[in-house]
Amino acid sequence: MSEAQDFKYIGRRVVRPDGVDKVTGRANFGADFALPGMLYGKVLRSPHAHARVKKIDVSAAAAMEGVYAIVTGADFPKVGSEEITGGEGAGDFADLATNVMARDKVVYHGHALAAVAAKSNAIVDAALSAIKVEYEVLKPVLDLDTAMADGAPLVNDKLFTAGLKEKPTRPSNVAAYMEFKRGDIDKGFAEAEVVVEGTFRTPTVHQGYIEPHACVATINQGGQATIWCCTQGHFDVRSMTCKVLNLNVADVRVIPSEIGGGFGGKTTIYLEPVAVMLSKKAGRPVKMTMTRDEVFRASGPASATKCTVKIGAKKDGTITSMHAWLAYEAGAYKGSSMAPGAMCIFAPYNVPNFLIQGYDVLVNKPKVAAYRAPGAPQSMYACESVLDDLARQLKMDPLDLRLKNAVSEGSVAAYGPKFNAIGFKQCLEAAKKHPNYKLKLGPNEGRGIAAGFWFNAGMQSSAEVHINENGTVTVVEGSPDIGGSRASMALMASEELGVPYENVRVLVADTESAGYNNVTGGSRVTFATGMAVIQASRDIIAQCKQRAAATWGIEADMVDWKDGQAIPKPGVNADVKPLTLAQIAANAGRTGGPLLGRASLNARGPGPGFSINMADVRVDPETGKVDVLRFTAIQDAGRAIHPSYVEGQMQGGAAQGLGWALNEEYVYDANGVLQNAGFLDYRMPVASDLPMIDTQIIEVPNPNHPYGVRGVGEVPIVAPLAAAANAVRDATGIRIHDLPLSPPRVLAALEARKG
Amino acid sequence: MSKVHVETRINGERMEFLCEPQQSMLDVLRDNLRLTGTKEGCATGDCGACSVLLDGRLVCSCLMLAVESGGHELTTIEGVARGDELHPIQRKFLEHAALQCGICTPGFIVAAKALLDENPNPTEEEIRFYLAGNLCRCTGYDKIIRAVQDAAKTLRGEAA
Repeated sequence: MSEAQDFKYIGRRVVRPDGVDKVTGRANFGADFALPGMLYGKVLRSPHAHARVKKIDVSAAAAMEGVYAIVTGADFPKVGSEEITGGEGAGDFADLATNVMARDKVVYHGHALAAVAAKSNAIVDAALSAIKVEYEVLKPVLDLDTAMADGAPLVNDKLFTAGLKEKPTRPSNVAAYMEFKRGDIDKGFAEAEVVVEGTFRTPTVHQGYIEPHACVATINQGGQATIWCCTQGHFDVRSMTCKVLNLNVADVRVIPSEIGGGFGGKTTIYLEPVAVMLSKKAGRPVKMTMTRDEVFRASGPASATKCTVKIGAKKDGTITSMHAWLAYEAGAYKGSSMAPGAMCIFAPYNVPNFLIQGYDVLVNKPKVAAYRAPGAPQSMYACESVLDDLARQLKMDPLDLRLKNAVSEGSVAAYGPKFNAIGFKQCLEAAKKHPNYKLKLGPNEGRGIAAGFWFNAGMQSSAEVHINENGTVTVVEGSPDIGGSRASMALMASEELGVPYENVRVLVADTESAGYNNVTGGSRVTFATGMAVIQASRDIIAQCKQRAAATWGIEADMVDWKDGQAIPKPGVNADVKPLTLAQIAANAGRTGGPLLGRASLNARGPGPGFSINMADVRVDPETGKVDVLRFTAIQDAGRAIHPSYVEGQMQGGAAQGLGWALNEEYVYDANGVLQNAGFLDYRMPVASDLPMIDTQIIEVPNPNHPYGVRGVGEVPIVAPLAAAANAVRDATGIRIHDLPLSPPRVLAALEARKG
Repeated sequence: MSKVHVETRINGERMEFLCEPQQSMLDVLRDNLRLTGTKEGCATGDCGACSVLLDGRLVCSCLMLAVESGGHELTTIEGVARGDELHPIQRKFLEHAALQCGICTPGFIVAAKALLDENPNPTEEEIRFYLAGNLCRCTGYDKIIRAVQDAAKTLRGEAA
């Protein structure tokens, strides 16, 4: 495969096949489904961040008219410790089970400890307030410094730090330690002519998907359950729900609805097992929908972090040593995104000596979930900020400093593997040439540059391609379409089969109708599920060649496939007319039966993604407010199957990253009660906060994909944090280490300088 | 609690429903009338996913009591298309890939319709401020703004 590949459909900006339903209100999302006789269910959540549950009295609630079922932790089976694999986050099934429904202890404000199903939402609310809970309130642990200090109150007194050379003798809030190294950092710092160091903090932030978690569940007397829900991975919902409820996988069918955003936050379960248990007790289907307040308090946000980065370099910019000390909040159960954060932090750079140390730390906050390139934005915010300071000290262009040390094909990544073809240097060169890089800035304005990196994932996918009787095509796959992937699947099937895009329709099928698929996550769908669609299409082509060969009375290897038709190879029986897919399909019953192509794979070699972001900001000296004037995102997409949706990922990631950089944060009081569990006070960017976001797609094809695709969804959120922070540094002359760079924080820094 | 009988018009059609006095318009649209195109993102008036037009005026249906619709005319996303043809705003959202997950899309289209009904030639800044009550977490707004600009052009009869 080469850059000069000639495509007929790939790269076209077509209208997505599910589009009309989504602009007319017909598309069914998580909360849109209903069944006859359905009850409404809701969870009772802890008002305390840390407490022992001494007694739950549900008698008054149970006696209310219209209440059909109440469940507490006592109704759920005990689940043994077992690592969760395959999703995008880290964790343990035993923790997942107690997160879904607390037993003897609640460990964050919002932790579920009972649930009610009733005839109406009004009755549910009344019943929830009639449940009496006796708590013994415990001291909460709310930040990394406290949690890691000697003698800290323990979130879990049975937890011992994993990953240490010597097995610890005392329990700790530090769930795990990990390190990577190369060479000798002390030697590297001794060789350096300039050393820059900084400690950076990022707050707890939420993915902020607009659709709250929702599901409908029903289970019959034989233990067979059906769950309709919005999820990034219905196969994971099935396996997790089965573990938590001790059900047989064969008995549980999960049907994914359209999904209203996830960004990693919908790769786990919260409501689904509760709805099944309520349905079991009530003998009716039960619908559960989180309120926005519940989404903030009780679904998984992203880790708050504290990261110290030290970088040493020669005067010419050659980096000699890098050290990172990274602490990530996991929430109340182990399994933060520390590991990927640690693996990504120095990935863009060639460095002879580095040490990366990471800590996974428990605090009394909701268990974190994956959030778009989980872990990378936080650690790379620290690294890219220190590199910016280093460039200033060296009086070097920040792009040149990065170019000097950038990895390229053949470099060994800090996290281990050798890079194949990658586009980091191409992104840096494109940034240098970009007209926005040359624009003059005015007073109180600044420009910031930062790099982003994400591994991207491959993992398991399956797809089927069905040829209908008139030669049109149905693609059946199992990766929930969260941002237009049906269009990409249809484009790839069109390209392979040579049929018009409009004749291809794509179904995201349920757990009993599609082969197994890992989650829609890790930027893997267009790469891995796309590869399955390509292979399934090639399966169809092979079958069509056989059918044509049989019709013509020649060998199948004497048939070619071109422009949607079977043609004889040159020199073969010249009287034979080409057979179109439609003709072969119409005749399928007489040539061997329906045309059904299949592929299943575990996709390897996803092709890492790199980006360069450039932010121009203006800082209001009176208020400390930061306005984004321009934002330029440059990213290697390998091959843009549908350029508009690639740009959309870049623009959306930029907006989320800018929210993280400038405004978003969970605000807790001293008791661990979340103060801003709503969109009014958890301030995500709105249309008037942002400019148009300029994009430039670089295409360095991934050699491991037939068309060169590499994942594009996650990289876009990695660089904006440091790009914005470096721009604020440029505008003000002050390095502020903690995010968000909200008006009060920026103003305080400006005031402090005045003295 | 006894239910209230409400007579209203929704998407040009006369409608009657029974609702509890405290029920929001959003809940009645979605749960009682099964018009689920109008979405709930927050139920506190902060995200705009539940945007509808009440006598042509843009409102969050989560902040309105269902009984208040009595005698008025509501337009929801289900009533935006012109018969079997998409409204230009809907068409432009598709052409510009102005949606990714699509959950905020009905609210944006209804809000954009209110804007363009009121101001056929808005500046980019006017569009951004008019739509500031609608949250989108996927797109970064860029393609939404461009779709609205292009739809405005089409509605003004200029070549798109």
